[in-house]
Amino acid sequence: MGIITSTDLPNTFQYKHLSAQDMTAHLQDEGANKGYVLAKLDEVAAWAQAGSLWPMTFGLACCAVEMMQCAASRYDLDRIGTVFRASPRQSDLMIVAGTLTNKMAPALRKVYDQMAEPRYVLSMGSCANGGGYYHYSYSVTRGCDRIVPVDVYVPGCPPTAEALLYGIMLLQKKIRGAQTTVVVRS
Amino acid sequence: MTPLTQQSIIDRISTLSFENIEITTLLGELSVTVSVDKILPLLSFLRDDHTLMFKQLIDICAVDYLGRSPRYDIVYHLLSLQFNCRIRLKVAVDESDATPSAIHIFSTANWFEREIFDLYGLVFMGHPNLHRILTDYNFQGHPLRKDFPLSGYVEPLYDPIQKKVVYNPVVLPQEFRDFDFLSPWEGMTPQRPVLPGDEKANVTIAPKVTGTL
Repeated sequence: MGIITSTDLPNTFQYKHLSAQDMTAHLQDEGANKGYVLAKLDEVAAWAQAGSLWPMTFGLACCAVEMMQCAASRYDLDRIGTVFRASPRQSDLMIVAGTLTNKMAPALRKVYDQMAEPRYVLSMGSCANGGGYYHYSYSVTRGCDRIVPVDVYVPGCPPTAEALLYGIMLLQKKIRGAQTTVVVRS
Repeated sequence: MTPLTQQSIIDRISTLSFENIEITTLLGELSVTVSVDKILPLLSFLRDDHTLMFKQLIDICAVDYLGRSPRYDIVYHLLSLQFNCRIRLKVAVDESDATPSAIHIFSTANWFEREIFDLYGLVFMGHPNLHRILTDYNFQGHPLRKDFPLSGYVEPLYDPIQKKVVYNPVVLPQEFRDFDFLSPWEGMTPQRPVLPGDEKANVTIAPKVTGTL
């Protein structure tokens, strides 16, 4: 797979604006008619990344209960390809779910550093967003963005499972909109 | 088995004939204040006496009375499962006092005493491993002392140049905001020694659970 120049593909379909269902239908249609599919590499890469976000299991406090609820059968994160992993080396996403204490902060950074690129961080709940209830405490980090770069903030104390699901879908949207390959303009 | 009344506990403790012992019952709870050199004999007596059998140490905690001398109270809570009875022991100590460790009487005292050492800076003599237990590594100060600032002294921050988490002095971009307009503790004054809301409770009647649970 080489670098695709933007002029090579004048009539490629804009996959990122499609729902997964429409995209699948379109791909089947294309495949049936021609036997091949044309797409931009970065869009395919973004589509694959967004569709298989594997979060690091990092529950720190009560937000973790809502995170589990989100993964359980009612909201079922698995159906959007989000499967919790027990190792940072297999994860793309870290959901910081709960109060990040000063004592935990170096450990959180270490886990983040062990994740393979491209990696994303979702800050869940008031405590992870900015210290929340413990903002003035001597032992709580005032926001996990002091330790790791955050992509999506989900507000709430704790956020509902719906809110977390919406945050993950926003992150997917962000990934789909990102350009992951280099385009050489001729 | 005869039920253990508070009076019979008081009678048993009185047989020890300790000096400077103060026994009070308030709100149906029994409190015994002793001097620091008598706490271990009293603990082992309460545990070993077959008419009391306070075999469980529920908690050891400390209280900082800033401005009082001696400044701290160390509070022991015991439970007699055999007789369904509880007792509270208090010892008034200062920072320079070395309270004897209760580990040889109750092994669960180990972590309780470490916690008090961590949060109040009180030393327990004879403790085998008196290190911090809760606060951060290299933490300075004892956070539950009344003169410890709420937000502490340092805060962690990731340094992208050193590629590690470093500690900087605390900088609060937003001033401290107190949303609790009438805190119960602020509302209590010597002239009015009742917490706001306490007038709703009838404290003269101690609740007594009867019947089947």
